[in-house]
Amino acid sequence: MLTLLFDGVAYGMLLFILAIGLSVTLGLMNFINLAHGAFAMAGGYTTVLLMQHAGLPFLLCVPLAFVFTALLGALMEVTLYRRMYNKPHLDQVLFSIGLTFMAVASVDYLVGSTQQLIQLPEFLKGRTEIFDGALGMGHYRLAIILVCVFLAVLLQLLLVRTRFGAQLRASVDNQRVAAGMGIHVHQIFLSTFAVGSGLAGLGGALGAEVLGLDPTFPLKYMIYFLIVVAVGGTSTLTGPLLAALLLGIADVLGKYHAPKLGAFIVYSLMIVILMWRPQGLFARGRQ
Amino acid sequence: MNASQSLAKTGQIRLWEVVLWALLLSLPLLLPTHALLISEIAIIALFAMSLDLILGYTGIVSLGHAAFFGMGAYTAALFAKHLHPDPLSGLLVAVVFSAVLGAVCSLGVLRGTDLTRIMVTLGVALILQELANKLDWLTGGADGLQGVVMGPVLGRFEFDLYGQTAAWYALGVCLTVFVMLRRLVHSPFGFHLQAIRDNRLRAQAIGIPVHARLVAIYTLSAALAGLAGGLQAQTTGFASLDVFGFDRSADVLLMLVIGGTGWLWGGIIGAVVFKILHSVISAWTPQYWTFWLGLFLVLLMLVGRERLLRPWVLGRKS
Repeated sequence: MLTLLFDGVAYGMLLFILAIGLSVTLGLMNFINLAHGAFAMAGGYTTVLLMQHAGLPFLLCVPLAFVFTALLGALMEVTLYRRMYNKPHLDQVLFSIGLTFMAVASVDYLVGSTQQLIQLPEFLKGRTEIFDGALGMGHYRLAIILVCVFLAVLLQLLLVRTRFGAQLRASVDNQRVAAGMGIHVHQIFLSTFAVGSGLAGLGGALGAEVLGLDPTFPLKYMIYFLIVVAVGGTSTLTGPLLAALLLGIADVLGKYHAPKLGAFIVYSLMIVILMWRPQGLFARGRQ
Repeated sequence: MNASQSLAKTGQIRLWEVVLWALLLSLPLLLPTHALLISEIAIIALFAMSLDLILGYTGIVSLGHAAFFGMGAYTAALFAKHLHPDPLSGLLVAVVFSAVLGAVCSLGVLRGTDLTRIMVTLGVALILQELANKLDWLTGGADGLQGVVMGPVLGRFEFDLYGQTAAWYALGVCLTVFVMLRRLVHSPFGFHLQAIRDNRLRAQAIGIPVHARLVAIYTLSAALAGLAGGLQAQTTGFASLDVFGFDRSADVLLMLVIGGTGWLWGGIIGAVVFKILHSVISAWTPQYWTFWLGLFLVLLMLVGRERLLRPWVLGRKS
């Protein structure tokens, strides 16, 4: 039981890191980016390819995946995404679906459609059991939790304590007033988009072993990222964090206790929550 | 001229529409070797029209319209397999089942933002796909539902190997629905929907019962999507999990966008163009055709989709 809970928490933290960039895109620019999973996939493949072909160690590849996807995100923001902010949601949805389709097909073409495996370093492989085996912790999952908690704390500090964070929050709350106060909303958005994409890439790299990595990754997990954002709301960090943990735990428990029901529980839970609180579980009361 | 006269005037059926429909209806005769393709196009055109009712006329973005298509497909297939092979009564059952599903789901799209609606519609399609996968004693699971044998249409026209009957059948249903919908969208009800799409708050203020209209149109749209699904299952004699697939919901959105939203002909034109594009590209590169589809979508959205229909404004600033 505790082991399952532990796995659920690890899964949830991973989802949080993967989805947080999406939450910012949606909150800041009201942009529905269904291609967010493609950035996560880019991070995962960067890691896999660097390890296989350049022979770099895993621990070096993960930060590289962050840097690469952040740059990729910045590039895409400047060249493509920026033109789409003021279009209707339908256009944004189709645009990002198009990007996702392109990402899926290109990875399939360039790397192949097989599932990619990641060779973890030795010290991350084992597992520790405490409480007489009641709680078995895989070392890798423990590492994921630690890294993600560290990142979450860092993001929270960035958001609450720094000047950049204050500007970001102001832009999310009211873009026009923020721009009127002399905040460069577009610049803020560019850097946030890059960091968000980078975090997705990092999540994809860390999660390749847990979630699996093949070209359909962006489509398979798109709904999960959207759930985190839609249920968690876009105005805080804690909302998506709690939503991600809830989703992770529910999914792991559901798959273990009722494998026949599969993803059924998660989707039904999501629909019920969204019908009950359409703005998200943890949203502040604003339209 | 009073209001009802001017309404009737905008809804008049033009000559070119009659000619075009006559042409479409005679296609199975003109191109007998492509009868299968024709029935396929008629079915997805019907599906696209059903989505247009909620997307183009009412402004609800749905990413899970395949839920109703799949519901209709499985209902029709199961009905034919276990109860009665008559196609028309099978269609009726498919319509009823998907309408009920649509009425239930419509509660989920009344409130919230575009994102919530996208999530709810997507979620419903995923749940149904999951259900069809897990209830393998009923649906055949991942192998699909096979061995559906249809009786003759109207008790007279047997389905033939070349798809002639299927093509007439699908086109006939599609035309009937088109004429009915054409009447509907030019009725006061149709104008209510467009008012809701353009400004929901204002529509409510002038006394349009917004929620009732949304439930009604969503149910109707679901029923028609189910009709399209039922037709598909009957003409192919097969229903598989991909009827619920995300690709299907995305494809039908794309068709509508190609043909133009908020315009019934849009669904038909979009379906024809999409299907031809699909056959051409996938004959050329079968495995990676989604790449070109994606590229097309991205470029179209960057340029602005309204310019596809009016290329002469391409040079002008929007």
